[in-house]
Amino acid sequence: MKTDKILLDHGSGGKISHRLTQELLLPVFDNPILAELNDGAIFELNGRRVAFSTDSYTVDPIFFPGGDIGELAVNGTVNDLAMCGAVPAYLSAALIIEEGFPTEQLQAIVASMGRAAEFAGVQVVTGDTKVVPRGAVDKIFINTSGLGVIPAAVEVACHRAQPGDVIILSGTLADHGVSVLARREGLSFDTTVQSDTAPLNHMVRAMFAAAGGGIHVLRDPTRGGLGTALNEIAEKSGVGIRIHEERIPVKPEVAALCELLGFDPLYLANEGKLIAFTAPEDAEAVLRAVRSDPRGRDAAVIGECSADRPGRVYMQTRIGGTRIVDMLAGEQLPRIC
Amino acid sequence: MTIKHSEEYRDAELSRRLVEKIRQTSRRPIRLMEVCGTHTVSIFRSGIRSVLPQTIALLSGPGCPVCVTDQAEIDAFVALARQPGVTVATFGDLMRVPGSASSLQREKAEGRDVRIVYSTVDALAIAQKDPGRQVVFLGVGFETTAPTVAAAVAAAAGLKLANFSVISAHKLVPPALEALMAIEAVRVDGFILPGHVSVIIGLDAYRPFFERHRLPCVVAGFEPTDILQAVDMLVGQIEADRPALENAYPRAVSADGNAKARKVLAEVFEPADACWRGIGRIPASGLRIRAAYAAFDAERRFGLTLPEAKPPKGCACGEILTGKKTPPECALFRKVCTPLDPVGPCMVSSEGTCAAYYKYSDA
Ligand code: SF4
Repeated sequence: MKTDKILLDHGSGGKISHRLTQELLLPVFDNPILAELNDGAIFELNGRRVAFSTDSYTVDPIFFPGGDIGELAVNGTVNDLAMCGAVPAYLSAALIIEEGFPTEQLQAIVASMGRAAEFAGVQVVTGDTKVVPRGAVDKIFINTSGLGVIPAAVEVACHRAQPGDVIILSGTLADHGVSVLARREGLSFDTTVQSDTAPLNHMVRAMFAAAGGGIHVLRDPTRGGLGTALNEIAEKSGVGIRIHEERIPVKPEVAALCELLGFDPLYLANEGKLIAFTAPEDAEAVLRAVRSDPRGRDAAVIGECSADRPGRVYMQTRIGGTRIVDMLAGEQLPRIC
Repeated sequence: MTIKHSEEYRDAELSRRLVEKIRQTSRRPIRLMEVCGTHTVSIFRSGIRSVLPQTIALLSGPGCPVCVTDQAEIDAFVALARQPGVTVATFGDLMRVPGSASSLQREKAEGRDVRIVYSTVDALAIAQKDPGRQVVFLGVGFETTAPTVAAAVAAAAGLKLANFSVISAHKLVPPALEALMAIEAVRVDGFILPGHVSVIIGLDAYRPFFERHRLPCVVAGFEPTDILQAVDMLVGQIEADRPALENAYPRAVSADGNAKARKVLAEVFEPADACWRGIGRIPASGLRIRAAYAAFDAERRFGLTLPEAKPPKGCACGEILTGKKTPPECALFRKVCTPLDPVGPCMVSSEGTCAAYYKYSDA
């Protein structure tokens, strides 16, 4: 690694985070399951395929329009499991709390974790709490891990996209990223954008019921956004991807705030959206299944895969031009003026 | 702050019609320079280059505020961050720009107090909240940003704040245009002038420049259709041999600009010579804090001197900012210099030309 200190960029979910994983973590924990680098690990236990995933949640602010860190922590791991094609079953929860944190806020966060678990149909079956001296963490960090079983007919992974596949996005882009940004200290935009944090397992179940083996890749474009997720899939599957700007749903408020700050919604986080790569003949059925979920009403077919330019993602722009969509490099920083 | 969304200006149909018209009118091979970094990004993001006819080459000019900031100024920012008791407040873009030995981002990782703010007002608020620390705002930007900085300095004076100051590295657009014309190798047939800057200074601010050079000049907004509109007007002027100073962004830009913003600007700042990366010293192209507000001038408060600093070796930012080269012509582009390991500021800033080429084009 070229830097002798870890920078915030290393946590951005973009290229620099990948480099950290590739150069520092993979060589140590070298094994074929990890090497797949899916949203969760997929392996066999007693003849059943199981998905296992973990994620730590740090968000500023901890309460944001449309949700809070507790809900996010449950939904995030539920979604990681769902993206492996698994039916999420059990979760663990570990809380690291800063000394002096208001009990009332902790109660609110835990209650919201409870509601999220119930809604997703998972149980939190083990946990841990630690309290650290003031300043050792920022208010509260939460880690959740989860376990789920993958039904026999289901086979989704990042490397399974095929030329001809159709790409479905389940709703509007960048809502979570913008809702958090707008509430950050120093930014006081009066916007009505709410985080999209939500469990996706119910939607995924409906999708498999509609198309089963026709779904090749599932992904929730969280950190790093849609742009980064598509690049990973293009690279791992060895396909070229083309998306169409005018078909990508973005709320007007989100587009406006992004423009103001010089941010690209393609690289902002989503916490309740998925992308699905499906065989063309199944696309319509899958799209219908997604749209039948209340969180998937704005779903759209946004692009397709081809054998041309493997590993590359292109965008057909609104004015009929073409440009590349690259992976996010480091964190997006607000620009001058 | 309320936000007006601009989807309505993104009319795909209108864009297609404009492209069609440009294709029909454009005969002569021409080079148009977009002076503003926000234009550069919009042009790349919307794929405008891919729809324009071969006759039209778009060049990016010295309009990315981070990119034109002199190496010595970046070094001064880093030096400030290292001073004990100092909190540096900055726009995000500047964080990664490599100075001669370090960057603000690195200094922050070392534990120095460097904070990203979204406006000067936020920096002022930090100073009020923490009287024990000297808060220095890094004033980088053009006529668009400078009035807000001026307003903050005036407010700090009103509040008699003893722990707030500004280092002014602001730059002015019209003198830079003038300086560009003086560089021999620069060949431009028309300018797409910046929208936001023009909102403040007004169309007439370019009049003397236009009268001296009689080159086609059009002020443009930032939507793809705005830019295509400006290109269409420029092509029209060139093909008809009738250079003019025109406004393709009348919904935001007036003849004399924003009087209030200009007043506070003149109250706090006065023109001064400034060093531009790639161009060098340009007379009266920067802004210095007036003597009446000397207490808020970080350069004076901290006795900063800006030692000569050389730009990074092999970096062609200077030639790129003046339209003499495009990023793929820089030997380091993509090979050594990437957004992750930027060598020059043009690769760092989200509005930098090298970053735009890297992110959005195949070149
Ligand atoms: S590619 Fe890098 S080194 Fe070359 S001009 Fe651009 S910023 Fe400088």
